[in-house]
Amino acid sequence: MTPMSDVMVLLLTFFMLTSTFVKKEPVKVATPASVSEIKIPSKDVLSILVDKTGKVFMSLDKQTDLDATLSSMSDLYQTELTAQQKSRFIKDPVFGVPMKQMGQFLSVGSAGDREKLLKQAGIPCDSVNGQHSEFENWVIYAKQSNPYLKIAIKADAVTPYSIIKQVMNELQDIRENRYYLITSLKKLQEDKKQ
Amino acid sequence: MSTGKKSKSKQKKINVRVDFTPMVDMMMLLITFFMLCTTLSKPQTMEISVPSNDKSIKDNDRSQVKASQAVTILLDANDKIYYFEGIPNYTDPHFLKETSYGANGIRAILKRKNVFAVQQKIDLDQKKLLRKINDAQYSKMLSDIKSAKQTPTVIIKATDQATYKNLVDALDEMQICSIGKYVIDVIKASDKQLITNLKNGTGGQPQQ
Repeated sequence: MTPMSDVMVLLLTFFMLTSTFVKKEPVKVATPASVSEIKIPSKDVLSILVDKTGKVFMSLDKQTDLDATLSSMSDLYQTELTAQQKSRFIKDPVFGVPMKQMGQFLSVGSAGDREKLLKQAGIPCDSVNGQHSEFENWVIYAKQSNPYLKIAIKADAVTPYSIIKQVMNELQDIRENRYYLITSLKKLQEDKKQ
Repeated sequence: MSTGKKSKSKQKKINVRVDFTPMVDMMMLLITFFMLCTTLSKPQTMEISVPSNDKSIKDNDRSQVKASQAVTILLDANDKIYYFEGIPNYTDPHFLKETSYGANGIRAILKRKNVFAVQQKIDLDQKKLLRKINDAQYSKMLSDIKSAKQTPTVIIKATDQATYKNLVDALDEMQICSIGKYVIDVIKASDKQLITNLKNGTGGQPQQ
């Protein structure tokens, strides 16, 4: 019995130390495959999630960054949020609701209901009157809260290019010229086999 | 598990064996939890950098590509891929060529165009395999090969109907064919005209 529990303690420690938790994403995204073998950095990542229909969501891995970003955004869009609403925002794995609806969205108590609402929302990417779009502002303020932030785009394989182009253009407009595209791994097909 | 020497052991030694079963049970539970909730493998990424959109940078500060040396790849709907080399020719409908994704299509073409770098990379890989050079040297030499003068420049243009997968596949080919100089550009009406020309089998100038 003792050796077994020894092994178990070892395993447990291993899993506890290496684990990064799966973030629950509101939309299912099947990334395209690529032969690129670069791994995504383990921290300071701003991931931009783009689903098939072009809805855009975002997530940050540090709660402090999330908090700072939300405060700047709510100042900009003059949205008053209570402490409870803020803590809900920070605890949610992914965000992506237009700022106009943010207060109403965060008033919903149950996380499950919020997720359902989130699925139908998405961050608006269209700029109004030449101003920065909400999407751009999120990225700008997230970058301000943590200058080391790297941007990773995770988009579905069948997303039309027009949407990707828009996202890339907006990043370009705010001088974010380096980013990662998240892909899944595939093996290189050799010429001989075909 | 001695009961201590000081205790006057007149009474019977009690066998103190702690039952570990509940602990092991809990441990099992925790392990299961962590195993189910973790992502051990981090997702793969490809790193891209795009030219700045900044209007303040003048055109002559940007690195210019000689049109005659460039290969342009057009990505269209339904996984169609076309390519042409050099300056577009609108009078010849078969100037633009249709090809396919994968080893026998666009990859073969790009490898042929980039034969020098591909060959050098194979040599380099061999060296690395034989442990003649370390990783840092390898990546430096690889980037030297990729940015060498003879390598072609590839311009990737995608229509709005193309999918994200098409773009990633095209970027993938750049990596496989060791092409260091490539750019994702916006598709223009003149490029679409080439596709129309090919489909109709007639020449036609783009409407300005």
